[in-house]
Amino acid sequence: MKLVYFAWVRERIGKESETVALPPEVGTVAELLSWLRQRGEGYAAALEQPQVIRVAIDHEHVTHETRLPADGEVALFPPMTGG
Amino acid sequence: MAEPCQPRVRVQAEDFDAALEIERLTAGRRDIGAVVTFTGRCRDEGGRLAALELEHYPGMAEAQIRRIAEEAARRWALSGLSVIHRFGRLAPGENIVLVVAASAHRRAALEAADFLMDYLKSCAPFWKKEHLAGGGEGDWVAAKAEDEAALERWRK
Repeated sequence: MKLVYFAWVRERIGKESETVALPPEVGTVAELLSWLRQRGEGYAAALEQPQVIRVAIDHEHVTHETRLPADGEVALFPPMTGG
Repeated sequence: MAEPCQPRVRVQAEDFDAALEIERLTAGRRDIGAVVTFTGRCRDEGGRLAALELEHYPGMAEAQIRRIAEEAARRWALSGLSVIHRFGRLAPGENIVLVVAASAHRRAALEAADFLMDYLKSCAPFWKKEHLAGGGEGDWVAAKAEDEAALERWRK
């Protein structure tokens, strides 16, 4: 699974992207966020308020209840400020 | 109603020329009675900012703007629609975003441009970081609750 990060999520985690092998118990977006929070201080800081994190799977917005695909690109980012 | 128009969408570092984009939508057309343009610009926030750095999600930014523009083209009878969103470091006074909506009558063009801007604010994957006039990095611009609330009025 490829993970990509933007804005302050990227800054706090300290990388733009990474490829991870998820354990079988991580099945949804919410479970992915909980799992990532355990991976270190940067992740914990980026994801301390998981409810504000917006998520896209393969370039489409999804909710935290969405099931993760077997493979693909999952993006985590703060609320958007376009326009 | 006729087929929805095909929106033109660009995400780019370079500046744009609103007059040129109007010309592209309207050249040779005799059926267009209204053209609405909206230009979003970088402001200095009372002298506080040296620049805004616009980060975007390449690929998704284009796809998401296209989805929003196609929704607008389905909802209003538009003759043409262009959306250009810039990224990178932009100084106060520089352009950030352009929406050009053309239609036979003004109401469709006005509403479509308003709709586009509301959705670009909260649903297009761009983030703005402040660079301060005194030097150094400021904060990421926070999303406003009122921008999210603005979407409500478009929900059917």
